[in-house]
Amino acid sequence: MTIRVPIVENILNANDRLAEENRARLDSAGVFSINIMASPGAGKTSLIEQTLPRLKDKLRVAVVDGDIATSIDADRAAQAGAQAAIQVNTGGDCHLDAVMLRGALEQLDLTQFDLLIVENVGNLVCPASFKLGTHKSVLIASIPEGDDKPYKYPGMYRGVDALVINKVDLLPYVPFRMDYFERGVEVLNPGVVTFPLSAKTGEGMDAWMDWIMDQVKGTR
Amino acid sequence: MHELAVTQSILDISLRHASEAGAKRVTGINLVIGEFASIVDDSVQFYWEVLAEGTIAQNAQLHFERIAGEMTCTHCKNSFHPKEVDFACPICGSQFVQITKGDEFRVDSIDVE
Repeated sequence: MTIRVPIVENILNANDRLAEENRARLDSAGVFSINIMASPGAGKTSLIEQTLPRLKDKLRVAVVDGDIATSIDADRAAQAGAQAAIQVNTGGDCHLDAVMLRGALEQLDLTQFDLLIVENVGNLVCPASFKLGTHKSVLIASIPEGDDKPYKYPGMYRGVDALVINKVDLLPYVPFRMDYFERGVEVLNPGVVTFPLSAKTGEGMDAWMDWIMDQVKGTR
Repeated sequence: MHELAVTQSILDISLRHASEAGAKRVTGINLVIGEFASIVDDSVQFYWEVLAEGTIAQNAQLHFERIAGEMTCTHCKNSFHPKEVDFACPICGSQFVQITKGDEFRVDSIDVE
């Protein structure tokens, strides 16, 4: 005889629980953490490269880089001044998950850091579903990607705490309707703080740096 | 493509609850998946056949109940299925809309013997 057993359990419950453990570990060490997500080429590593020198002598920073393969990004972060840079190769997976971040955290003496920057795998779909346990999620959109991305990748735009709009120096050369883009963002994530900037020219970086410093102070 | 991780989670949840219920066999898995959860049914089915092999759930049928995405206008209260290129309310044109359905992503129940 067949019987039906009611469950009603979120499919990613196990990952969510591990994410909570990561958060507790970071909290007990007093480390503030952000998860940076974006499509490939939006400028995740470039933004981190521009951010690290501006934090010199202010915060001790560790970077965890997620990639399908290679350690190019972790090498760039170390070069730019990260006190520690750990590469996590996902071996084909399209996103970081809480287990992978836990493995990276175990390689760090967290008491030696104030800020952990996690650079997720370049992807506008999957990373949104997998919580890591970081305190804040940041999405980098970039002008050449086009203004329709909020409409096409709503899941990614909905879950983030801050939105960086990178490569604004290209606005004169690329068709990009900022009002159309912003309307989509407003529906998906009302009131989300946005930082239009260029990691290349440095334009707009000050507001982004102020936000990071405020966030870190807020957790102390 | 994170269907492998998702399928493993579905299997883990199903086996845990089947064991708690003292089941000998799992014959069906009932999933509720919203439109905004980016999962391909066929891929989950494919991974299921690989991952569930050798478990008491190896011949279980996966049933996907799909929930269409829905937005609700905060101005005129109209509910509608969003178009891909525009989220404005099709009745009053307001840009002030909220997502009200489509995030579902759960194992609702299992059928066991």
